Amino acid sequence: MKFIQFLFIGIFFGIVMTKSEVISWFRIQEMFRFQSFHMYGVIGSAWLMGVFFVQLIKRKNIKTHNGSNIAFKNKDFSVSRYLFGGTIFGLGWALTGACPGPLYTLVGNGFTVFIVVILSALLGTYVYGLLKNKLPH
Amino acid sequence: MYVLQLYKMNNMIDFLSQPWPWYISGPLIALVMFMLLRFGGKFGVSATLRSICSMAGAGKHCDFFDFNWKSQRWNLIFALGAVVGGFIASTALKSTEPLALNPNTIEDLSQLGIYFTGEMAPMEIFSWNSLLTIKGFVVLIVGGFLVGFGTRWAGGCTSGHAISGLSDFQLPSLIAVIGFFIGGLVMTFLIFPILF
Repeated sequence: MKFIQFLFIGIFFGIVMTKSEVISWFRIQEMFRFQSFHMYGVIGSAWLMGVFFVQLIKRKNIKTHNGSNIAFKNKDFSVSRYLFGGTIFGLGWALTGACPGPLYTLVGNGFTVFIVVILSALLGTYVYGLLKNKLPH
Repeated sequence: MYVLQLYKMNNMIDFLSQPWPWYISGPLIALVMFMLLRFGGKFGVSATLRSICSMAGAGKHCDFFDFNWKSQRWNLIFALGAVVGGFIASTALKSTEPLALNPNTIEDLSQLGIYFTGEMAPMEIFSWNSLLTIKGFVVLIVGGFLVGFGTRWAGGCTSGHAISGLSDFQLPSLIAVIGFFIGGLVMTFLIFPILF
């Protein structure tokens, strides 16, 4: 099994997301209503620790397990793409209370109706692919 | 000795079954990103949606999906793991306490007719029956569509932009995260009062 390590990292990720309640629709509402620090704490501390890991990789020139370089590509600059795309995702995030990671983990939590949400997200991704050249980027 | 070990293990499971505080969970999510990078992947869950479209054959008539999705198999396996992790956390590590939601949120939502019972999500919306209602359709079908469409247009979601991108000080990711909040606030404060 070639990708077994990714299965385990995914399992770990699913457990962390469930136990920290970031998959909760209610927690997302609490976040958008600025009524709790919880979500900001999770995302903020993930970001701080993330900065540390990225700097560690860059400064210590840490390689992947099989010795290749870990490359960080600069994202192409644009405002419209990130602002419009981001806003549309934000509308969906507040509605479903889930970003793509939690979509998967909620199914595991027994909210099987999220299979329909995933199918709908696949349709959204597909329609984006069809309209891509007509949208500002 | 064995009984003692069993007792300790039970204690451990009880310990892990409590809700995890943000200052533990946030750094562990960053650790997920680090582990993915170390194994030659990267942290960006919404990319799996594009890969699944490609896997289903969308590349035959749309260039955007015409790429070697097999190079992304690691991410699909990661997403599968996230399902399994959700199952383990909600069974073996199930919390006995209700979610500690802010009373103000409970009050605000009850005014919209959404009642908090201690679950992760309002069951009357996130059930199969609700698919046939207008509210359920909007939340589940329209909401899912917006997540898929928006993340791909923005080139990432919370993991790809808010964690991976911001950790590498990418300005585009900051713009995307500002967008996430504009959308979320518009939905919560302007559209929810009409929808619910």
